[in-house]
Formats: sequence, structure tokens, C-alpha cells
Amino acid sequence: MNHLLTLIVLLPLAGFLLNGLAGPRLGKRFVTAVGCGLPILAFLATVQCVLTLNAAGDPLVERVYTWARIGESTFDVAFYFDRLTAVMTLIVTGVGSLIHVYSVGYMKEDKGYARYFAYLNLFLFFMLLLVLGRSLLVLFVGWEGVGLASYLLIGFWFEDAEKARAGKKAFIVNRIGDAGFLVGMFVLYSTLGTLDMDRINAAFMASPMPAVSASLVGILLFIGATGKSAQIPLYVWLPDAMAGPTPVSALIHAATMVTAGVYMIARLSGIYVHAPEASQVIAVVGVLTAFFAATIAIAQTDIKRVLAYSTISQLGFMFVALGVGAYGVAIFHLYTHAFFKACLFLGSGSVIHALSGEQDIRKMGGLARKIPVTFVTFAVATAAIAGLPPLAGYFSKDEILWFAFASERGGSPLLWGLAAGTALLTAFYMFRLLWLTFFGRSRMTPEVEHHIHESPFSMTSVLVVLAVFSAIGGFFSIPHFLEPLLPMPEAKHELHHLETPLVVVSVVLALLGLAAAAFFFGRDAERANRLRPRFAGLQKLLYDKYYIDELYDRLITRPLYWISDRVFLRIGDRALLDGTLNGLAGLAQRTAGALGRVQTGNLHLYALFVLLGSLACLLLVWRHV
Amino acid sequence: MSEPALLNVVLYLPVAGILLLLAVPREQESLMRWLSFAVMVVQLVFTVMLYSRFDSADPGLQFETRLPWIRDWGVYYHIGLDGMNVLLVMLTAFLGPLVVAGSFSAITKDVKLFYAMVFLIQFAMLGTFVAQDLFVFYLFWETMLIPMFLIIGIWGGERRIYATLKFVLYTAFGSILMLAAVIYLVYSLYTSTGVTSFAFTDLYKTELPLRVQTVLLAAFALSFAIKVPMVPLHTWLPDAHVEAPTAGSVILAGVLLKMGTYGFMKLGFPLFPDATQFFAPTIMTLAVVSIVYGACLALVQTDIKKIIAYSSISHLGYVMLGLISLDLLGIQGAVIQMVSHGLTAAGLFLMVGMIYERCHTRELAAYGGLAKLLPVYSVFFMILTLASVGLPTTSGFTGEFLVLLGAFRSAWAQYQQGIGYPLAVSVTAVTGVVLGALYMLWFAQRFLFGTDKAPHQPLKDLDFRERAILATIVAAVFALGLFPDSALQKTELAAKQYQQLVATERAKMGRSVQRVATESTTRSAP
Amino acid sequence: MADKVPLLLSLAVAIFALGLLGVVVRRNVLVMLMCMELMLNGVNLSLVTFAHQTGTAVGAVLVFLIFVVAAAEIAIAIPIVLLLVRSKRTLDLDAYTDLKG
Repeated sequence: MNHLLTLIVLLPLAGFLLNGLAGPRLGKRFVTAVGCGLPILAFLATVQCVLTLNAAGDPLVERVYTWARIGESTFDVAFYFDRLTAVMTLIVTGVGSLIHVYSVGYMKEDKGYARYFAYLNLFLFFMLLLVLGRSLLVLFVGWEGVGLASYLLIGFWFEDAEKARAGKKAFIVNRIGDAGFLVGMFVLYSTLGTLDMDRINAAFMASPMPAVSASLVGILLFIGATGKSAQIPLYVWLPDAMAGPTPVSALIHAATMVTAGVYMIARLSGIYVHAPEASQVIAVVGVLTAFFAATIAIAQTDIKRVLAYSTISQLGFMFVALGVGAYGVAIFHLYTHAFFKACLFLGSGSVIHALSGEQDIRKMGGLARKIPVTFVTFAVATAAIAGLPPLAGYFSKDEILWFAFASERGGSPLLWGLAAGTALLTAFYMFRLLWLTFFGRSRMTPEVEHHIHESPFSMTSVLVVLAVFSAIGGFFSIPHFLEPLLPMPEAKHELHHLETPLVVVSVVLALLGLAAAAFFFGRDAERANRLRPRFAGLQKLLYDKYYIDELYDRLITRPLYWISDRVFLRIGDRALLDGTLNGLAGLAQRTAGALGRVQTGNLHLYALFVLLGSLACLLLVWRHV
Repeated sequence: MSEPALLNVVLYLPVAGILLLLAVPREQESLMRWLSFAVMVVQLVFTVMLYSRFDSADPGLQFETRLPWIRDWGVYYHIGLDGMNVLLVMLTAFLGPLVVAGSFSAITKDVKLFYAMVFLIQFAMLGTFVAQDLFVFYLFWETMLIPMFLIIGIWGGERRIYATLKFVLYTAFGSILMLAAVIYLVYSLYTSTGVTSFAFTDLYKTELPLRVQTVLLAAFALSFAIKVPMVPLHTWLPDAHVEAPTAGSVILAGVLLKMGTYGFMKLGFPLFPDATQFFAPTIMTLAVVSIVYGACLALVQTDIKKIIAYSSISHLGYVMLGLISLDLLGIQGAVIQMVSHGLTAAGLFLMVGMIYERCHTRELAAYGGLAKLLPVYSVFFMILTLASVGLPTTSGFTGEFLVLLGAFRSAWAQYQQGIGYPLAVSVTAVTGVVLGALYMLWFAQRFLFGTDKAPHQPLKDLDFRERAILATIVAAVFALGLFPDSALQKTELAAKQYQQLVATERAKMGRSVQRVATESTTRSAP
Repeated sequence: MADKVPLLLSLAVAIFALGLLGVVVRRNVLVMLMCMELMLNGVNLSLVTFAHQTGTAVGAVLVFLIFVVAAAEIAIAIPIVLLLVRSKRTLDLDAYTDLKG
């Protein structure tokens, strides 16, 4: 029991080492057994820990070893398991295991099968370090590590330069966030002398409070979160990350890695409770991101891209919740989102698999009858994300909307308005996706249509499980479960009576979105196609993602290269520094040459010099005699 | 074996190696190679013995030898191990066999002379690290120039004469100034205390006015800064690396550059504490400039060796930042970063050498998709790249994290006292992690991914020798990344001594200098 | 004879100066050698004069030494000149510029 947490973390690591070093030689069965078996074992171990936690009451702490001791400072590697960790770990190992199983079918034909499972296990290892770590240092190790796994998995098919580039983009954009994160960590350490998150929270909750601006730390850490959790301005890596295999998108870019930022802020709620300015920033960034991403999603034509922007948008919702102090609610949405988004991504994977690689929804249609299991699960998940009761998404989204409106810690009608608008758009673009993909007449090429087949059991079973959870998952009230740890904010007293009306509004919005999508995109998108020419400009803007990537390229990337090349290299290093050096050397050579001209080889001249020299010496001596 | 003798054996084993080499007939190149390898391995074994017997709790010199040499001048043959040089000696001995093994197939002419030079430089480097007398130190410091000159000049690339002359003249220039400073320093010790001594422990006690300290520090710093190298004195490095043979680059990046930082740590800063404190902002700025400038320049290179050369400049900027932070975390971080860079840079240069032996070009544009052509090679390359970038679980992270944390903590404390500049500089230094990822991943991208292309295909993947070399380095990288504590314990006392020496005010005429807080105000955690 | 000292010294200086001038100005190698001998002899004369003036024998002894050394020196110098002349085929000193630069 003492080392169970360590075991949870080490199981996937063992999987990585086994599959990575011996996998290709030991065959697919071995790889599958190890690659899926170990995460499942980790899940079981997690369940055991939850039971232990329940019985014990106090959080479980396991110190593994001391990483470094310097002077008065000690950096330990330790794991910490409380209710929040329990929720996160269950999601990571549970959904993670499911996706591993799904991958067996999806990646069956790929020659990098062993490498894939090795990387996936590596990811799981780092993600578990992230959620189980007691100190920010261990969290950061996991944080960077999942970034690495993400890099390797996005660029999995590295022979395609584009895909490899997407991986690089993800890593670097993440790193920019990490710089902010590091500074935040440094500030915390410099003022509190510890990086243990439970101690940090306690320090901020105690009085007197530490002599550092909580908001400063809050914002710095949030910068890290914007990188990892794809919020404005560092979200640009996520859509490109769709270049990786679809199960990767499901696991990393929907259910787990991108939620790391949300987890981190929830974990450090002790700071944010005392940082109203930072919380405000988080809420505003969250809602703007949510809205912004939703607008882009409605114009995308790649099935995975729609889901990518949807993820960014839903993450924005989670940050809104964090920003108004409803930490437990944010985690609740994280939990429900993990189910329905994973289901959606894996469903899209199933569609892509069925259509032999087609990802453009304009070339789909009429799949409902042909791949029924995929269709039904996809539809359930879509309804869940749209917020239709009584599916999981309804519960979590509704709570967020309520607190966005009424929370004492920053709720406002404006916040609610934008969030509600996003909810409407969410329903709209998700049902658009559903319609265009599964309904109407087939727009597929005959070749593709001929080969349509439902996915194998390893894939469909997972879809079903996830769909079921998307449906009933909301009934387990995470906020309530986390209440002792993350208390809910107070709702403004005068607004209490608006709670029920707001719920109704949410449902109405969801239905409106559904109806609008059906209206425009039903019957083979007849009406949408008719209206398209009129909105061509707007559509292009949205389709091209507001040209943000191009903006970043112009403002940051190209100037950086230009300065490095023109200014630093050519002017600085070559002209100035080397020029000075070579100039000095040249000067020395020229001087030597000039002085050397005295050596004419003419003995007469030498004799003359001797004479003159001796005369001079004589004169000198004469004067002093 | 008795304690002091062991250190002397380690130090003089390379000399024995030279003598043994002389006995080998000219044609038997294979024997020369294996003999050199064997000698290096023996040296490594002895060094491991030294390392394991090193007592972390002893603050003084261990394995000390002190024999009178030139009595009238107070010069003693004084060598010993302390926390500061034990890791560097270990690094040098560790890289020795790897350098020899790595050049088995690369060096084909004048093999005997080559390995003799390698031994000579090994001797010089070890001597510099273990010297405890300024005369001995300077002697070994200068000795290192000649073998390096020959290694680059004889077995180097096209522009090798230019590169090696640049290297030697640049370094020698700094050394001359340092010599003048050394003489003046000993002289002023004599005039103030009547004692003529070159011993470090005695020189640490000199009390010089700030003006004098500044000039002497400048002289020492010039010499060391050229070696580190710090911007703007770095332009010799890219040329030297590009033209040097693989073994030369590995020695250069692996150990030689550390001699500069070691010089700062052992001599430059502790000998002139008041000047150091006074110029700390300047030095800090230069360190961060090195970090950022080096990274930016690495981004726009087309020669793969130059990319790694500029990355070295960037990495050693971190070391200087850690040293000047005067915060124990920063100092320890700097020491680890020194070793880490030694390992990763050596590894990367070895890998460049391996690909060069196959394809005979260093142009990045000539390569692509190596992950498909050379899978094992690519794995090692990726690992070393990530270590270079400072990925957690690698030694690079340990170094960078501790340095940045220490620098920040020190800057934060100063900020509390109203001085904002160090804080701005520290935060700028953090951007180094982004730039580092940028150029390294860009490099990996062009090199490993995308459509495959390389001259002289089909290419053979790594053979056993190459794999063994790289695996050793990777193992060390992870060891330092995951379990740095054992190494940190050995250097802790020395780091504290360094901190102590630089923090004490020793200027005569009591001119007060802005103090740098060495431990931040921390809340004791519950 | 004491009053003749200034005259003798002037004569010595004159001989020395003529010899020096000859070395600097003349181009013929053999003539230069002869002028160098002149210089030596000028010095000899002054030495003898001083010896006489002080009444010691030191100067005279030195003169004998100089004779011997000068003779030896000429014995070496003339063959060297001969060898040089054989390669350059001229007695003009200005032609010997191999040590240039």
C-alpha cells in the first residue's frame, strides 16, 4: 500500500521501456499485451487508491526519493493523492486505457506499431507524474514530459514534413507558456521556500499572507496554462496537432494533456482565491477563447479540425469556471468533456478508418446506416457536448453558465452572455458536423464508398463505453465530491431566483443550435449552400482562422529569423567582431611589413644606422657625464 | 594506494601513455589505437576510485600533494581535489576513452602523433583542474594550447590554419594579460604581508583596493571569458569547431570550455570579490546576452557543427549566470550545467563526426529524413538534443533549472531591496528555454524528419563501438538528470566556500560596494 | 713629447674618421675592408698616445692584441669576400641584398 502511487506511475514507464527497446522484435501481441495491459493495471491500482483514500480521509502522501539537496533547500520527488488527484488519475488511467485499447484496432496496419505504444505509454507516465506530483517541480517534469510525448506523437508519421512540423510547433508554443510557468514557480520558491503545492496553498490560506502578490503568481502560472491548455494567445498549436493519429488527438488533445492547465489552477486554488485580478484575467481569456474558437469551428471542413477548435472552446469554458472561483465545476466539465470529446474524436477516427482516410466532411454524408455503431455513439456524444439534458455535458456546462452569471467572485451578465453565445454556437457547429458527416446523400467517391466498413470490436467497444459515460456521467456530482477540497463560490444573493430560468435558457439554446443546424445543413446542406455565396468573405475569414497563424509568423517568427541573420550574424558576428579581429591581425601584418622595409639588405645602410646609433648613444652619455 | 599518490597517478597516466606510444612502431596503427584506449580506460578506473573515495563532508583539499619547487618564489608543486574540481576531473577522465574510441576510424594519418597530442592535452586539462598553486595552474593552462593547435592544424578541415591560429592567438593574448595580473597579485601579496606565495589559499587573503581589483579582475576575466566563451569574445569558437576533427571538437566542447568557467569559479571571482560584486550586473548581462545571442545565431546556421558551437555559447551563458548569481542554488546549478554541457556537447559532436564519416558533408541542407535512414542514430540524436534543450529527467534540466532558480531567487531578494535590474535580466534568461527549443528542434526537424536525403547512400547505421560510446553518454545524462544528489553533495562545500569568498569584503580603504544577498528571505515551510 | 699629444690624438681621430667615412661611402668591398683597417689603426694610434701619456704599458699591449686580432680578422674576411664575389661576380656592395626584408 505504501508504494501504490509510485506503482501507478511506474507501470506505464515500464511499458515504454519494454515496448521501446524490445517491442519491434517481440511482435504485435507482446506489444499489445504490454501496451494496453499496463495502463489497465494502473487504472486498477488507482481504484484501489481511491478506496484507500475514502477509508483514510486524509490525503495519501508517498515520498519516493530526494532529487537534490542544496544548502537549506530540499527537492523531493513525492506523490500526493487527494480527491482532486483521484478524479484526475481515474480519468487519465481510465480513459487512457480505453484509448490504448482503441489504438489496437486503429493502428493495426501501421509499421510503427511498437513505437506508437511506447510513446503512448511514455505519455501516460508523464501525465501521471503531472497529476500525482506533490511539488510543482514534479508537476513540471510531467508537464514538459507530456509536451515531449505530444511532440513525438503528433509527428509520428515523420516522413511527412508537414506533420513533423506540427509536432515542433506544439513543443515550441508550449515552451513559451512554460517560460511564464517557470517564472511563476521561481517567484513562489523565492518567497515561500517550497514548491510543494499543498504547502503553497496552506501558506496562502494562512494569515498573514505571504508578502507576494498572489495575482502576479497567478498570472504567471496561467501563462503556462494558456500554452498547455491552448488558450489565447497560445492555442495555435492545437489545430495543427491533428496531424497525429486520431487516438492521440483523443487522448492528448482532448482528454488529458490539454486539461493539465485546468488541473494546475484548480490544484493551486489557494492562490487564486486570493488573486481576484488574476482570476478576472482567467475568466476573460477563457470566455474570449471559447467564443473565438467556436466561431472558427463553424467554418471548418476537416472533421478533426472542428473537434480541435471545439476542444479549445470547451477548455475556455473550464477556465471561465476557474476564473469565477468554481474550481470544482471546472473539474466537473473536465471530466464530462473527457468522455464526450474522446468519444467524438475516436468516433471521427472510426469514420476516417471506415472511409480509408478521408477527413473532409464535404466528401462524406449518408453514413448513419452504413456505420451505425459509430453513428449512434457520435450522436450521443454530440448531444452531450451541446448540453442536451440529461446527458453529462448538460450538467457541467449548466453549472458553469450559472456561476459565470452569478458567482460572487467575478460572475457577470456579460460573462454569461458570451458563454451562452458560445454554447449556442457549440450546439450549432456540432450538429452541423453530425449532419454533414452522417446524414443526407453520400458525397463520397465511389472508391471510398465501396470500402466502407464498421470498425473492429476493439474500436467500437470503446466508443460504446465512452458514449455510455457521456450519457450518464453527469449524474455523479464531481463538484459535490470535491466540495471539501474546492468549496463552491457563493452565488450573488439577489440573483438566486434566476437559477432555474437560466437552466431553461441553456436548454433552449442547445435546442436552438440543434434546430439551426438541422435547418441549414439538413437535406444535404441545401440551405447552407444557397446562402454561402452571400457570406463568402466571412466564411473565408473564419475558415482561415482569422489569419492568426500568419500574424504570428509576420510579427514574431520572421522578425526573429531576420534579426538573428541580418543583425546578429552578419553585422554582429561577421562584420563587427570577426572584422575587428581580422582587422587587428591585418594591422599587425601591415605594420610588420612596413617596419620590415627598413631591412633593405643594403649593408651600407646598416652601417649608417650603426654609426648614427652609436653617435646618439655617445651624445646621451655626454650630456649626463 | 595512498591518497595523494592516486591523484598523481591519474594526472601522469597520460604522460606514461605518450611514452608507451613512442615505443610502438609506425605501422602498427591498430596497436596504437587500442593502447591509447586502454590507457584512458585505466585512467578512468582510477578516477572513479578517486571519485568514490572523495569525502563530501571534508571542506579542505583531498588527495593533496605539496612539494617545494622554486622556493625563492614561493612556488610549490601543489595539487589536490576539492568540491570544485572533482566533478570536472571525473568529466575529463570520462570523456578520455570516448574521445579515443570516437576517433578510431576518423584519424588515418600520423596516428601516433595524434594520440600523443590527445594525451598531452588530457594531461594539461587535468593539471589545470587539480592545480592549487597559481604558478602550476598557469603552466598547465598554457600547456593546453600547443596540442590543441596541432590537433586542429594538422587533422582539421579546409580552413584549419586560420581557425587554429585564431584560437591560439586569441587565447594566448588573454593569457599574457593574465600573467601580468598574476605577477602583480603575488607582488602585492608580498608587499602587504611579506610572504611570497603562489598558493591559492594565500592569495585568497589579499586585500586590494577596489580600483586595483578591477584591473586585475579584468585581466583574469579577459583570459577566462575568451575561453568560456562569452559574447563578444566568442568568435573563435565556431571556426575552431568547424575545422577541428571530431576528437578535437569533443575535447574542446567537452572540457576545454569548462576551463574558462572553472577559472572564474576558482580564481577570477574569489580573488577579487569586491570588483566581482561591483561588476555583477555587467557580468550577469553578458551571461544573458550569451544565452540569447548564442541561441539566435544557432538558428540561422547552415553548418551542423556551427549550430552546436553556438549552442555551446548559449549553454555556457547559463553557467556564468549561475556563478554570478552567488546563490547556492545557482552555483550548484552552474556546476551541474558544466558537466551536463560537457556530456551533451561531446555526444552531439561525436554524432556529427559519425555522420560526417558516412556522408562527408556538414551542410544541413544535404540531410533529411535520417529517422528513416538511420533509426538507431536518430534515437540517440533525439535524446541528446532533448538533453541539450533541458528536458526534465536529463542533466540539462537539472543545470538550467537550478541556475535559473538561483539567479531568480538572488534577483528577487535584490528586488526587495529596491534593485530591479537583476530581476529583469533573470526573466530574460528564462526566455532562453524557448529559444533553445527553437533552434534545436528546428535542427532536428531538418535533420531527422521529412523526405529522406543524404549523400553516399545506402548508409550504415551505428555499429557496436558507436552505440557503446553514445549509450555511455546517454546513461550519464540520465543519471545526472534523475539522481543529481550524489554529485551535488560532493560539490556543496566547495560551492559554499566560493560563495563565502565572493561575499566577503576585502577591499582596503573600505569603499563600500552594493552587497548581493546570498540567501533570500524565505518563509520556513510548515 | 707631451705637447705633441693633442696633435697625435687629432691625427688618430682624423684617421678613424676617414676610415669610417670610407666604410659608409665607398661601394667597393675591398676598399671597405681597407677603410676598416684604417679605423683600427686610428684607434691603435690613440692607444699608443695614451700609453705614452700615462706612462703605463697597458695601451701598448692592447695595440699588439689589436694587431693580431686584426690580422686574423682580415685573414677570414678576405676569403669570405672572395666567395661572395665569386657568386655575385661584382665587388659592388650594393648588390648584396639577400638579407632584405
